[in-house]
Amino acid sequence: MANIRLAPVLRASAGGAKQVSVEGSTLAAALSDLYLRFPALKEQIQPGEELSRFINVYVNDQDVRYLQGLETGVQAGDTITLLPAMAGGFD
Amino acid sequence: MGDASREIMRRARQQVPEWSPGQVREKLADDGQDIVLVDVREKLEWNEGHIPGALHVPRGFLELQIEEAVPDKSKTVVLYCAGGVRSLIAGSTLQQMGYDNVISMSGGFGQWKNNGYGFVQPRVMTDAQARRYSRHLLIPEVGEQGQFKLLDSRVLLIGAGGLGSPAAYYLAAAGVGTLGIIDADVVDDSNLQRQILHNTERIGQYKAESARETIKALNPDVNVVTYLERLDETNVRRIIADYDVILDGTDNFPTRYLLNDASILENKPVVHGSVFRFEGQVTVFKPYDGPCYRCLYPEPPPPALAPSCAEAGVLGVLPGTIGLLQATETIKLLLKLGDPLVGRLMTYDALAGEFNELRLFRDPNCPACGEHGHPEDLPTYAEVCAVPA
Repeated sequence: MANIRLAPVLRASAGGAKQVSVEGSTLAAALSDLYLRFPALKEQIQPGEELSRFINVYVNDQDVRYLQGLETGVQAGDTITLLPAMAGGFD
Repeated sequence: MGDASREIMRRARQQVPEWSPGQVREKLADDGQDIVLVDVREKLEWNEGHIPGALHVPRGFLELQIEEAVPDKSKTVVLYCAGGVRSLIAGSTLQQMGYDNVISMSGGFGQWKNNGYGFVQPRVMTDAQARRYSRHLLIPEVGEQGQFKLLDSRVLLIGAGGLGSPAAYYLAAAGVGTLGIIDADVVDDSNLQRQILHNTERIGQYKAESARETIKALNPDVNVVTYLERLDETNVRRIIADYDVILDGTDNFPTRYLLNDASILENKPVVHGSVFRFEGQVTVFKPYDGPCYRCLYPEPPPPALAPSCAEAGVLGVLPGTIGLLQATETIKLLLKLGDPLVGRLMTYDALAGEFNELRLFRDPNCPACGEHGHPEDLPTYAEVCAVPA
């Protein structure tokens, strides 16, 4: 099982959860598992075939754009982080 | 002079050869590399002027410091003082310590100056500054040189709000000589839960001006330049060009993209910070060295996922933490110390009490800083809404 960490704005679509355990040996599989449980997240993260351009995905601490994208291998104990941009500097 | 001191002098004069200032000057010109010049006067005398290239080892610390200052005892060491007396006595000490080629400059610095030879005056801190920054001066990696660097530095803060407040406060305390603050807003009581540069009496005042008042009261060494305007395409390059480091404390995407592109065109590092509820992020965007904002976020999120568009709150202490981390990265950049967060996104989860790090890469296809980048004409997504002021 790998661990998916959700940035604050995504948590509402996951019942408020900050972390979700998923099964899957690739990022694509792990995300599919996530969407099974929280379909609203698919709309936000991957409405089409590809990952949305404004969400960054990291396996452990590496951006998957520089690994194998959706085909990046995921092992038990890995952390997948989903991080959209935050604007707040809060005036 | 008593008998005993006269005897010391006589012996020193016997043992230690002397060169006149003219001879010293000639030898320095000919064999510069093989000669080490050591000034044995007190700090006060040194500060008023010394021979260029000289090492400073005051007589009071001579035995303790000379071997580190001049490890090679076979080198020709020329000592000088104000008049040529202390240097002779210091010379015999050095001979006793095993230095083979010790010379004393007759007539000392006084004669050197009278001959019209060149000298340099080091930059000195006022007594008040030496006391104020004493804790910096005591750190070997900062010291006087580091403090002078800070005093000469110019940092621009975009926003004197949640992130800008703690950052500006501590950068001012540290003695960053010039702080530019760009903020068109006025102080509101809802700001006071976190924007500590301001206070109850400043409600209604321009934030940039309130910031200046607080900063001047803390540290009169700091020059505060205020810009009562918003950053836009017409002013961003002109404003940021004047500064060494930009601290991004904005609250909306269009400004972040605008700032990013301009910082690439002007080659200025941007210390980025952002917060939301209980979490924050910090990283340093250094043009062409690491990724830029667009490498990280080629597009802003849709309004539904852009927290700045909602009625979002933030734990007051959180921008304090993140702003301070930004100030820390700024100081590291100014002093060229440590490893700035270039290519690293530090994330902080306040509730979990956890810091994590994600690795960022420069995107070779980035529209702003990539191989075929064109930062001068990229969209800034002005239609994505900003926090209601």
